[in-house]
Amino acid sequence: MSIRTDNWEQVQATAEAALTPAIVEYIAQCRQSCEPASHLIGVLHKVQSHFGYLGREQLDAVAQLLQVPAAKVAGVASFYHFFRLQPRGQFIINVCLGTACYVKGADRVAQKVMDELGITWGETTKDGIFTLEGSRCLGTCGLAPVIMVGNEVHGNVTPDQVPVILDKYLEKARKGSAA
Amino acid sequence: MQHNTINLRIDDTPVSVPEGTTVMEACEQLGIRIPRLCYHPDLSLAGSCRVCIVDVKGMGYYMASCSTLVWEGMEVQTNSPEIRQARRDIVELLLDNHPRDCQTCDRDGNCELQNLAYAMGVRRRHFDGERKHFPLELTSHSVVRDAEKCILCGRCVRVCAEIQGVHNLSQHGRGFTTVVAPAHGANMDDSVCIQCGQCINVCPTAAFVEKRGCGPVWDAIANPDLHVVIQTAPSIRAAIGEGFGLPPGTPATGRMITALRRLGFDAVFDTNFGADLTIVEEAHEFLTRLKDGGPLPMITSCSPGWVSFMEKFYPELIPHASTCKSPMSMLSTLAKTYYAQHKGIDPKQVYVVAVMPCVAKKYEANRPEHLAPDGRPYTDAVLTTREMIWMIKCYGIDFIRLPEGKFDDPLGASSGAGDIFGTTGGVMEATLRAASELVTGRPADRLEFTEVRAVEGLRETYVAIGDRAIHVGVANGLTNAKVLLDKVVKGEEQFHVIEVMACPGGCIGGGGQPYPAENLKVLDPELLKKRAGALYAIDKGKTLRKSYENPSIEELYDKFLGGPGTERAHELLHTHYQAKLPRGVR
Repeated sequence: MSIRTDNWEQVQATAEAALTPAIVEYIAQCRQSCEPASHLIGVLHKVQSHFGYLGREQLDAVAQLLQVPAAKVAGVASFYHFFRLQPRGQFIINVCLGTACYVKGADRVAQKVMDELGITWGETTKDGIFTLEGSRCLGTCGLAPVIMVGNEVHGNVTPDQVPVILDKYLEKARKGSAA
Repeated sequence: MQHNTINLRIDDTPVSVPEGTTVMEACEQLGIRIPRLCYHPDLSLAGSCRVCIVDVKGMGYYMASCSTLVWEGMEVQTNSPEIRQARRDIVELLLDNHPRDCQTCDRDGNCELQNLAYAMGVRRRHFDGERKHFPLELTSHSVVRDAEKCILCGRCVRVCAEIQGVHNLSQHGRGFTTVVAPAHGANMDDSVCIQCGQCINVCPTAAFVEKRGCGPVWDAIANPDLHVVIQTAPSIRAAIGEGFGLPPGTPATGRMITALRRLGFDAVFDTNFGADLTIVEEAHEFLTRLKDGGPLPMITSCSPGWVSFMEKFYPELIPHASTCKSPMSMLSTLAKTYYAQHKGIDPKQVYVVAVMPCVAKKYEANRPEHLAPDGRPYTDAVLTTREMIWMIKCYGIDFIRLPEGKFDDPLGASSGAGDIFGTTGGVMEATLRAASELVTGRPADRLEFTEVRAVEGLRETYVAIGDRAIHVGVANGLTNAKVLLDKVVKGEEQFHVIEVMACPGGCIGGGGQPYPAENLKVLDPELLKKRAGALYAIDKGKTLRKSYENPSIEELYDKFLGGPGTERAHELLHTHYQAKLPRGVR
């Protein structure tokens, strides 16, 4: 007599497929707490550390599994600079634009990176290897101008050195994908 | 709970108020109305617009009076050249990032920002800076989102979450690029929006407005090949007068009919006829379910905002929803079948317009389930009360001085039970009037079931019908409805019938109703009470108060449908629903 009109199982399966089993399990634990919604930022951290960014599918999945409205999840994700809504490259190039680096020519270094890679601030190369970001001070003013690629710091960088540095990481990426 | 009294001075006048009162509320007791924008008494406090700032002695900075609680010995100044200047600056800065198109804007003349700028004395623009640019969002059948007009007060976000429980809107991004939108900045159509239009009601500007439908209606009226009929929902007559300066709660049925006739409509029908018909079908459906064991509770399905909410948030309850079409859709269907046949007109030439208090009806009319076999909607155009007021003004009709008109047959006669459909508990009360007679086989002991009029938003009660106690639930505002629906889902309560109306107060508080006059607030319970009062007065004044006794309905069943619940009636008057994505978080 009762016609089944509930689509929850389908919604849940779609949501779980957009995340990893570990994240799904983590959200399930959060749901046990008295204020599941208060874990939203923690969950988003986990999603971003796995996927590198917060995609629409992932945000919707978090909304359903944590039972926090999607508008709220997306609102929080778009508010914090830390959260990224676009995919990032394998290596993040972080050009320091702090006062010391700037005075020593960080803008020319950054321009060289843009020219070499054909991207601007916040963008990712088409091959998905590099993302260009800027930051205010990396705390190593003695090495100005400084850029970071991934977790490695390069000091006293001149525009001429940029292609050499980039090649090193291109090589790494190639080896990584070959392996 | 015991309240301590707090003594303070406002503009050098001593005043005593209970602890927990805000400065703004304390000022109101002294007849001081502090200007405000983001504040709404029925929503949570945001304190974001800063228009309501006051000077509190010793603080060193201006405080938002809406979100500052009084304290003992507080000294407040609400007016000084400096504070007026500070408020004016805030409003000027809001205007700086706002389009300069007041004269061509939908809210021209009833815009809170416009009124505020006038009251604050903004007479010229001092600033001219960068302005935000966002595309106009037109995908929804009902609600247009114009983020360039948004001043980020957040009332829409709060009404959507707190009153409607939909949580479709949020502020995205930060700083200059902040935008109010559904998740991911998605189109309204791709979101959990239920198109109730309460965001339109609470918006102080035109960041949310209904999708205008007047153009095709003007065209249809001017087209000699079309027979254009119009129907008006029960709650229009209780509110349309407000648009012409009549006091809220003035019934204006007769003048409204005359105005519509002068606009050039070929026939003016009453959605109340559809309401009476809905009651007969729904009472029949309910008694069948009662006899056959379910599914119970039966939940009413007249409110399209609620129907969308059910499809997105509570799809498991779909089998509980009455399969009856809404009164509007029933009447439109009959206009293109029964009426066309009666008049000997080709149904293709009948153009049906509906005036509704509701913006979700624009969506309902276009639901694929509601299309005629030829693929055209039965309801060709839906206009809100506000749009109809505008059309009447545009035509140069002096509404106040109009003589009384009468609805046209055969879809114009209605009982008082149809009138009260427009207010919370009305569908329930009308159903009970009908069901009690059907069950007991003798005239009902009483006609008024005041216990189901859920003016406070939520009612659960038992009503005796014959020797049975019927467990009924009535809710308006979907946050209230959730309380009942969760009980049904969890099996905590065994209701027989539940009435849900999506908007606060029912249709009288719909997303398409006139904006309240200045200094009256939107969703004001007093305003809603007056509109409801008009409907109850109309009901009381009728000799015909039960849907069953409507002779036009009897005639319709005799001549055309064959009887309630027949195959023909099902084909034309009933519909179905299905789960929709995205699924809402409830």
